[in-house]
Amino acid sequence: MTLDIHTQQLYQQVILEHNRTPYNFRRLDDFTHYSEGYNPLCGDHIEVFMRVLEEQTIEKISFTGQSCAICKASASMMSVALQGQATSGAKSKMQLFQKLLQGENITKDELGKLLVFATIWRYPARVKCAALPWHTMRGALEACSLVSTEQEN
Amino acid sequence: MMTTLADIRREFPLLARTVRGKPLAYLDNAATTLAPRAVQERVQSYFSSCTANIHRGVHYLSEEATRQFEATRRKVQKFINAADPAEIVFTSGTTQSINLVAHSFSQQFLQAGDEVIITAMEHHSNIVPWQLACDAHSCQLKYIPLLANGELDLDKLPQLFTPRTKLLAVVYVSNSLGTLNPLPQIIAQAHNHNVRVLVDAAQAVSHLPIDVQQLDCDFLAFSGHKMFAPTGVGVLYGKKELLDVMPPPYTGGGMISKVTMTASTFLPSPERFEAGTPNIAGVLGLDTAIDFLTAFNRQELQHREDELLCNAITSLREIKGLRIIGTAERRIGVVSFVVDNVHPHDLGTLLDHEGIAIRTGHHCTQPSMRFFGIPATARASFTLYNTPQEVTRLAAAVHQAIRFFT
Repeated sequence: MTLDIHTQQLYQQVILEHNRTPYNFRRLDDFTHYSEGYNPLCGDHIEVFMRVLEEQTIEKISFTGQSCAICKASASMMSVALQGQATSGAKSKMQLFQKLLQGENITKDELGKLLVFATIWRYPARVKCAALPWHTMRGALEACSLVSTEQEN
Repeated sequence: MMTTLADIRREFPLLARTVRGKPLAYLDNAATTLAPRAVQERVQSYFSSCTANIHRGVHYLSEEATRQFEATRRKVQKFINAADPAEIVFTSGTTQSINLVAHSFSQQFLQAGDEVIITAMEHHSNIVPWQLACDAHSCQLKYIPLLANGELDLDKLPQLFTPRTKLLAVVYVSNSLGTLNPLPQIIAQAHNHNVRVLVDAAQAVSHLPIDVQQLDCDFLAFSGHKMFAPTGVGVLYGKKELLDVMPPPYTGGGMISKVTMTASTFLPSPERFEAGTPNIAGVLGLDTAIDFLTAFNRQELQHREDELLCNAITSLREIKGLRIIGTAERRIGVVSFVVDNVHPHDLGTLLDHEGIAIRTGHHCTQPSMRFFGIPATARASFTLYNTPQEVTRLAAAVHQAIRFFT
């Protein structure tokens, strides 16, 4: 049995590597911002920790939790992409990433390595997996303690 | 003579299709079963030859539709051996059936300080309605706990009963663990304490012959779409003495005896619970699904399904790093598992790319998942049309997924 082309498109080598050995996969002791993200449909659960300096720069960002490969790789790559960024920059990157997940054309200049998620829009059931870490990050910045992929009352 | 697997599979046109270029292996029968040709044709025939509203017209088509609809009620009665056709209420499915009881039984019989017992392995549809009912009537909700193998800890049951216990709701076969619960024992204990019993038979109905009089349950709920009928149709069985005194949860046409501008009186069961125009085509589909299922020797069928499940459990258990969740001695139709370093969601996607349909997630049983300390499982579920070859493909694809992710 060989893996078909669709599997390879979805699970690109970069994603598999970040899933196996994720970056910043730990708790932060000295975090200033924190949020928990949850996808009630599949049970993905992650926590995002950030240390944001007074001038609104993300000094450190990390995550923990139990989630699928897509979610874990997305969180790992997000943490690498946002380290040292201004919080405003993090939010605009998130907007670009969301556009990417919806299938819009985003250039390498705008999102760099995150473009490996460019084929996810073809898998509607998996879009939320990739989006969850980013929603959780935004929740942390906006002091929202629990973020869900599903709207709750 | 036993029908061959190939004969059975020919009755299900969908089994012939490919998914992502591979032959479909449909192993998600606990979520919904496929409909055989005869059921599809029956649903079609309602629209092509006898569309009409029931219980309302004097014209030919209305009478014909009513006759077929009520014949289905008697067929369901016979199918589960109920004493009276008035004990068969058509609903939209198990969820609505349970909600109906949680609403109406509670309104009639629960008082502040009373207690309801459910179990830690219930589907959300047999948890949430009782949480709301208990909140509404200031009652306490108690749980029969789970054992590590996925059986109910029935040693704990006697101490849960008090003079205030009014109802016990329990699943016949667990949708996430496959556990077959010893209902006769549970129901007998409950009745000794004058506690009424509701059985969620959604997962059981296609696998086991059900006899409500022998079980002596007070209510039993199941869905059509888990037994080869269309979605949107289900059944609530209830003992007549209970149904006749329970208030209707929804009101409207078809369920009243008399309406004045100030007050209304209601018809007895089942009409009082069937306000509005029901899913007539779905009910007729259920009629044909019962014919389809009962044409088999159920014992032989069960034997074959048990063998297939056993085969699946054996092949999966051999896979290094795979853990089966739910190892009860008596299991039916379902094997749930987790794999080290491969999230169920990823496993589901990889299997999907091999044409294998399984369910991944918490299966609407978050309390049981929490008990096992996991967020989700992969679940393969089998029925009468599944083959040993599909089990082989499942095991091979799981092997491949493990290699891929590690």
